[in-house]
Amino acid sequence: MNVLNFISAFFNDSAHWQGYDGIPTRVAEHVQYTLMALAIAAAVGLPVGLLTGHTGRGGNTLALIATSARALPSFGLMVLMFILLGLGMAPVMIPLVVLAVPPILVTTYEAMRSVDPAPVDAARGMGMGEAGVLFRVELPMALPLIFSGLRSAAIQIVSTATIAAYVSFGGLGRYIIDGLYQRDYEKVVGGATLVAAMALTTLAVFWAVGRITVSPGVRRRG
Amino acid sequence: MNELFDMPSYLEHSYFGLVGLHLREALLPVLAGLLVALPVAQLCVRFRWLYPPVMWVTTVLYAIPSLAFFVILIDYTGLSELTVMIPLAVYSLVVLVPAIVDGVRSVPQETLAAATAMGLGPVRRYLQVQLPIAAPAILAGLRVASVSSISLVSVGMLIGNEGALGNMLDAGLKYDQPRLVWLSVLGTAVLAILVDALLIVLRVLLTPWMPRGTRKGSRTLVAKEAAR
Repeated sequence: MNVLNFISAFFNDSAHWQGYDGIPTRVAEHVQYTLMALAIAAAVGLPVGLLTGHTGRGGNTLALIATSARALPSFGLMVLMFILLGLGMAPVMIPLVVLAVPPILVTTYEAMRSVDPAPVDAARGMGMGEAGVLFRVELPMALPLIFSGLRSAAIQIVSTATIAAYVSFGGLGRYIIDGLYQRDYEKVVGGATLVAAMALTTLAVFWAVGRITVSPGVRRRG
Repeated sequence: MNELFDMPSYLEHSYFGLVGLHLREALLPVLAGLLVALPVAQLCVRFRWLYPPVMWVTTVLYAIPSLAFFVILIDYTGLSELTVMIPLAVYSLVVLVPAIVDGVRSVPQETLAAATAMGLGPVRRYLQVQLPIAAPAILAGLRVASVSSISLVSVGMLIGNEGALGNMLDAGLKYDQPRLVWLSVLGTAVLAILVDALLIVLRVLLTPWMPRGTRKGSRTLVAKEAAR
């Protein structure tokens, strides 16, 4: 029960709740990194995935891009970018975006491809244009799978943003890395708990968003 | 050429020594994950109600960041390879269990009935019919699990140089040697691509009845695994 003692000590220490190294600041930084990286990755992955999925072309190229992006080690890439670009937002964002694009891209493509062709044909038969078919038929039906890709990307970003602290950035990783160097276990375990809690919150947020945005008809089928 | 691969002596390994260490630290957990995932997945196929709770538990475990997981384990397993390998094995479960369950469930009922009619018992039916038919799905899962495991080992550097090739990142920063960082990143990426390619070859060898050109099928499977 060692770990539990450390956790309660960390959260009961009022010094951890205020100031530049306080929990609110670090949580805000972590959320900021996560949202930025997810937004950039989604801005790249979603349109490309939707379009290629709609036309059904370029699937093999996408798979190749995704496989090679996944092969790049995030931590190593972060250190490399730090050496090449120096202190700044880019060395943190590049690895996080590289990490998040493959799941978004590949799942979006596959989600669009696995849409039941019957409703799509029906929509065309009713005279819907390409944009109508894409946004009003295929997208709503592909939404659950698209969300699962975004969710997996978001969780990987939350957990990987921790290592940004190693190249002197903020976020929740600060507690873990500083704690390791200062041999302050309370801090390390406290930080680890916060990151895990944030990842679980991300799961919950995606579940809620899926609940609200996926149409009941599609949800009952899946 | 020798200078290119010169290592700081405190890393205690040559470059290719680190490559070997990296492979072991990344792939042993995936193997352990596979050994655990096979029976767990079989239970999930047998008792359908078990599948959703199992998926919930593995998804929640997957949400624990690797660095946090390593650090919490230090208390129990010390600063050792095991501290890095246990979380990696747990992460591989998240990918492998659904891959195997989907694979085994995709075996048609008629095939199972035919196997039973031919006098195969449950064990032989599992080993000779269900597992081979599920092989493409299982290998698609193994590909995703191995590649992400190879990438994650590097983070082990942060808990006291347990990150194999990742250890060079710290050395590179400390001694201002970008060469070491490049070697680490490129080495890890090449390792991941080679292992991925080997698993594709293995799938082709294990499933000779599938037409060679079924890239699409395996791509779909990889995409599904990547979404977890």
